[in-house]
Amino acid sequence: MLEVGLNHFLIISAILFSLGIYGIVSRKNAIMVLMGVELLLNASNINFVAFARYGNLGIDGQIYALFVIILAAAEAAIALAIVLNIYKTFSNVNIDEIDNLKE
Amino acid sequence: MNLYDYIFYLFALLTVVSALVVVTSKNIVHAAFSLMFTLFGISGLYVLLGADFIAVVQIIVYIGGILILLLFGVMLTNKITNVEIKTGTIKTIPMAIITGVFGALLISIMYGTKWSSAPPDNMPSTLQILGNTLLTEYVLIFELLGMLLLVALIGAASIARRGRE
Repeated sequence: MLEVGLNHFLIISAILFSLGIYGIVSRKNAIMVLMGVELLLNASNINFVAFARYGNLGIDGQIYALFVIILAAAEAAIALAIVLNIYKTFSNVNIDEIDNLKE
Repeated sequence: MNLYDYIFYLFALLTVVSALVVVTSKNIVHAAFSLMFTLFGISGLYVLLGADFIAVVQIIVYIGGILILLLFGVMLTNKITNVEIKTGTIKTIPMAIITGVFGALLISIMYGTKWSSAPPDNMPSTLQILGNTLLTEYVLIFELLGMLLLVALIGAASIARRGRE
């Protein structure tokens, strides 16, 4: 029970995943929502690496974790560019007030 | 319990507590800084899983890149008249209940399933095998991701500069 195994890492990742979903659905600021998305990506990454080590599957899981990190970097850059544009147009970034596609 | 287990619980506690601060703090800057501790704790978990290269990449890309980008975003999208930069919240209590139930379900599934876990062997450095696999078996995805990063870079610059000719 207290001996660390695969289950422990999966439980940490499950906790992080639900915290990330809570952050996404309950915050108004778009950047806080982005932080929630980062938590989700990290939770899935922990699963990839944990199964790569304990599942006897070779190195593939770590490579997919690397790909997820690269995609997260691209996603953060694009998302922040969009958020800056939204701020220029609406002068705030509260996602519940931004409900039209053009000014 | 040996030293490995103690270190695991230390990093797990750091990760979960600071992730809790990230999603419950109303001050965005506090949330961003505790996201740093979350990412650092996850990097420690990678080290415990024998993924040394992923752990270093996690620190370099997430803490050194994405987190700084997020902080830039916070600073550029708020009128900084005082130190407090707040975020509003929507329906906190129902969402906490729903995600709590979801998380409990997920944990019970993760805990209840009999995963076929091979006993962990010794942990060699993954650097060489990772590089070999990346440039032989996964070379197409590797190149495509390079293109994707280039496109994302140009796209982000062009989106953020629109309307300022």
